[in-house]
Amino acid sequence: MNSWINLTALWQIVVVGLLAGAGLPALFAIGMVALSQKGGRVQTAGADGQDADTLVGGSVAGMIASAVCFLIVLAAIGWGIYAIYQAGHPHK
Amino acid sequence: MGNDVVLVLVVITALGFDFTNGFHDTGNAMATSIATGALGPRTAVALSGVLNLVGAFLSLSVAATIASGLVDTGLVTLTVVFAGLAGGIIWNLLTWLLGIPSSSSHALIGGVIGSTIAAAGGHAVQWHDLFSKVIIPAGLSPVIAALVAATGTWLLYRISRNMTDGARGHGFRIGQIGSASLVSLAHGTNDAQKTMGVITLALIVNHTIGATATTPFWVILSCGLAISLGTYMGGWRVIRTLGKGLVEIEAPQGMAAESASAAVILLSSHFGYSLSTTHVATGSIIGTGLGKKGAEVRWNVAGRMATAWLFTLPSAAVVGAGAYALAHAIGGDAGVIVDLVILIGIAALIYVRSRGSRVGHDNVNAEWTGSVAPAEDTVTAEPAAA
Repeated sequence: MNSWINLTALWQIVVVGLLAGAGLPALFAIGMVALSQKGGRVQTAGADGQDADTLVGGSVAGMIASAVCFLIVLAAIGWGIYAIYQAGHPHK
Repeated sequence: MGNDVVLVLVVITALGFDFTNGFHDTGNAMATSIATGALGPRTAVALSGVLNLVGAFLSLSVAATIASGLVDTGLVTLTVVFAGLAGGIIWNLLTWLLGIPSSSSHALIGGVIGSTIAAAGGHAVQWHDLFSKVIIPAGLSPVIAALVAATGTWLLYRISRNMTDGARGHGFRIGQIGSASLVSLAHGTNDAQKTMGVITLALIVNHTIGATATTPFWVILSCGLAISLGTYMGGWRVIRTLGKGLVEIEAPQGMAAESASAAVILLSSHFGYSLSTTHVATGSIIGTGLGKKGAEVRWNVAGRMATAWLFTLPSAAVVGAGAYALAHAIGGDAGVIVDLVILIGIAALIYVRSRGSRVGHDNVNAEWTGSVAPAEDTVTAEPAAA
């Protein structure tokens, strides 16, 4: 342990920071891609065959996959906020 | 009991600082969402204000660090706290006038350190803690934030490369609202606590509460309200620099930047570092410029900011020391009151100067032409939709 830099805290901030700060948005993006998958459920393409500009659940499998992604992201955020609340109120 | 007149002035000034902290930092959370149109400017500042208030109640661990970690509380008087706050406020207002997102935390810490040195000498400052808990983390945090944001940006563009531009923008704008909200929450948690810490310090110094007492509820509430109100006022000048000046931002970059900022700020406060949200947010935005192929980072704007950051601690310290010297020379309550009158005068002067080149919710997104205030002809034009 260095008295000027807490290296333990530093690498944890970098690693967990990458997981939470880059990993969670990436998971969100995967959810978006899954949500915009084409499928039989609804018409995602415009009448002229162009791709739709909004996100519509085209395939059922895609919708389930995206729901799983979004739920993991939400759960991770909720857990993070709860952990901070716990740490910040030690006497409760 | 100590001097209650000065105590009241200190509390009011601290809340005034908290207010400047709010409007100086709105951009940290909301600049990218405003720049990409994920949120309307006024909706963004209102949302951020509410979340700052909620955040103020979330955790109290940083307040303790500020109250007792950086200076020898035995040598601090109410006048010292007051002069320190004056230093912080003046630096915050000056950098806001210039549209530079500088650290409110450093302004506050610098001001308090300056006035402490003027009052009691350098030995009253805990230099080792100042370096290991404030200055070194301040140097590292923008780099870490930039790394996380650049990684996130690269991943987001890579994953979504087959989506249509419209669908991608739509989805990431929703993600941006969520991640920017988290940064607002983190800001309330982090920055409102700094003022809580200072008011707690003043109450301890004045023997209103015991040295080991926890922060009273009215302090938490009033600090939360002050920072929330300040945030709602919207520091449009700083928002503009962050959202338009540094990097031209698209929705995926905005989401990557805010996610990186939220993660780094919340993780660091978990370890007890009272990081500057400004340094982190700026690092993240630069990171999104580095992570996207073909994006341009305006290094001259970044350089101007970095220079301001280097000057923040010493400049606020000089003002804080000067304010203490003046109050001490006059002596007693009168000294503090003279300081306060001068402080209000300078604040009014800076406000009047800012009217000459107004930046508001209506022109915050105007094309970046190298200056904080948009050129005159773009002021009347509708903000660009793109």
